[in-house]
Amino acid sequence: MSTSTEVAAGAAAEQRPAGHKRQLSEGARAERRLGWLLCAPAVIVMIAVTAYPVAYAVWLSLERYNLELPQNIKFVGLANYGAVLSSPYWWNALKVTLIITVFSVTISLVLGMLLALLMHKTIFGRGSVRTAALIPYGIVTVAAAYGWQYAWTPSQGYLSALFNDSAPLTKQVTAIAVIILAEIWKTTPFMGLLLLAGLSLVPEDLQKAAMVDGASGWQRFWRITVPLMKPAILVALLFRTLDSFRIFDNIYILTGGNNGTGSVSILGWDNLFIALNLGIGSAISILIFICVAIIAFIFIKGFGTAAPGSAIGKR
Amino acid sequence: MAAATTPVRKVEWGVANVVVIALALIPVLWMVSLSFKTPAAILDPTFIPTGWTWSNYHDILSTGQFVHPLLNSIGIGLIATFIAVVLASMAAYAVARLNFPGKAVLIGMALLIAMFPAISLVTPLFTILRAIGLYNTWPGLIIPYVAFGLPLGIYTLSAFFREIPWELEKAAKVDGATPFQAFVRVIAPLAAPGMVTTSILVFLACWNEFLFAISFTSTIASRTAPASLAYFSGASTFTVPTGPISAAAVVITIPIIIFVLFFQRRIVAGLTSGAVKG
Repeated sequence: MSTSTEVAAGAAAEQRPAGHKRQLSEGARAERRLGWLLCAPAVIVMIAVTAYPVAYAVWLSLERYNLELPQNIKFVGLANYGAVLSSPYWWNALKVTLIITVFSVTISLVLGMLLALLMHKTIFGRGSVRTAALIPYGIVTVAAAYGWQYAWTPSQGYLSALFNDSAPLTKQVTAIAVIILAEIWKTTPFMGLLLLAGLSLVPEDLQKAAMVDGASGWQRFWRITVPLMKPAILVALLFRTLDSFRIFDNIYILTGGNNGTGSVSILGWDNLFIALNLGIGSAISILIFICVAIIAFIFIKGFGTAAPGSAIGKR
Repeated sequence: MAAATTPVRKVEWGVANVVVIALALIPVLWMVSLSFKTPAAILDPTFIPTGWTWSNYHDILSTGQFVHPLLNSIGIGLIATFIAVVLASMAAYAVARLNFPGKAVLIGMALLIAMFPAISLVTPLFTILRAIGLYNTWPGLIIPYVAFGLPLGIYTLSAFFREIPWELEKAAKVDGATPFQAFVRVIAPLAAPGMVTTSILVFLACWNEFLFAISFTSTIASRTAPASLAYFSGASTFTVPTGPISAAAVVITIPIIIFVLFFQRRIVAGLTSGAVKG
């Protein structure tokens, strides 16, 4: 918050008699009203589209509700959760999602760091690298996914041809590897750009001083660059992890979730649009929401990730 | 130790640059190549087509199955972006400038929605949209897109708004302007660059969106271009639609790539402002 208005508000408060100290000045009250007024439309839309539907999903998840049997709706308590949590489909989908998340986030962090260092250090061609890096970011995920699918189709794709006419999308392990590859290609530039912004905050003098003291490039990277960039790295990791956990587009196009490659989002979608089971689908939605909350909690409490925006609140 | 400027170092960085550019471009060029391949050439895994044709483009652009969704994508994307940026700039102004209780709640809520698993909303929103008659309509997609564009908009814009010279606002108030007039006459023009950047980011997110697009639409009346690819059957039911899908993928991709390259400075500034300064 700007100091000027605080000072003004403070001065106004001081002029009042002691008994009315808690009362807000006319200006502060107007400011308060304007603040609420300006935020109201955004808040209403966000609540209408997220908070209310989530509450509704909680209610749906407690019902037996199949769109094909609309007469058969019945309150069943936690039975849907029991059915999901005792189903091997849920645990396989969760395992696949976690594998994809861990590998794609870790690899794109390493590659993103290399990309950020390259963009930071390179003398000529800096603009062209950044330009090229923005291409995977800007591309429509679904369009890119078709490109990858065709590239790995035997007797059609150049990548399949390079690897002995293999058909990786028909086997679980290789299909997951292809999905991870597609994710990494798409998200590394975003990671690189976020890390580049963090990298530019590392003071050049500190690097020079360490260089004079005889620190090698490797030592400087681990002892100076990484610790100073820790907040930027953690924020990038938090966002990428949550984003990756929601993976849907790439799997939907590449494998459709066949051969045990479905993520939790694919499982939830199938239960709604193929099984038409709103009760089970809602229970899966709520379980995914809980997983995401746990991941965010681990990052913010466990690693001390500063939630982006927390600084805004303090201002 | 001017290591980075020695000729050997220069070559090393140069090679690394070329590798990055190649990795970024090859999958895109592969799609372009597929889109120009004749049906016979598609069955040949060479990178450069052995037979060239425009017919894939001709096929998709002469069918409403693709052209209509393309227009839906443009319309829905522009409307959702406009609404989201207007509402977000009002909230971001309040966040950056005004002192009011509940600010932390707003920030927390925006953060929560930014991290929200979209699939958790698909089931209830599907039911709600059907109940209020917005299933398979433009507003049925615009409303959720606005909600998901708002957190992005509020973060990016409040980062930009904090950079604005606010003395000008005070000067306007001294000259007798109300806070609202100060916002519209003085601050809005200064905020325009940030708003352009935010609009680009929100529009890209809408253009790319797939999960809601296939869940809340059932016909080309409101289906967007990325969703239409998944339902594409090609010009004739007897041909495998690899060529037409590739052509459609290129059509929805190339304008965005040009757009992204044209506005690259703004996009990079926008992407990083919220995360680093926030």
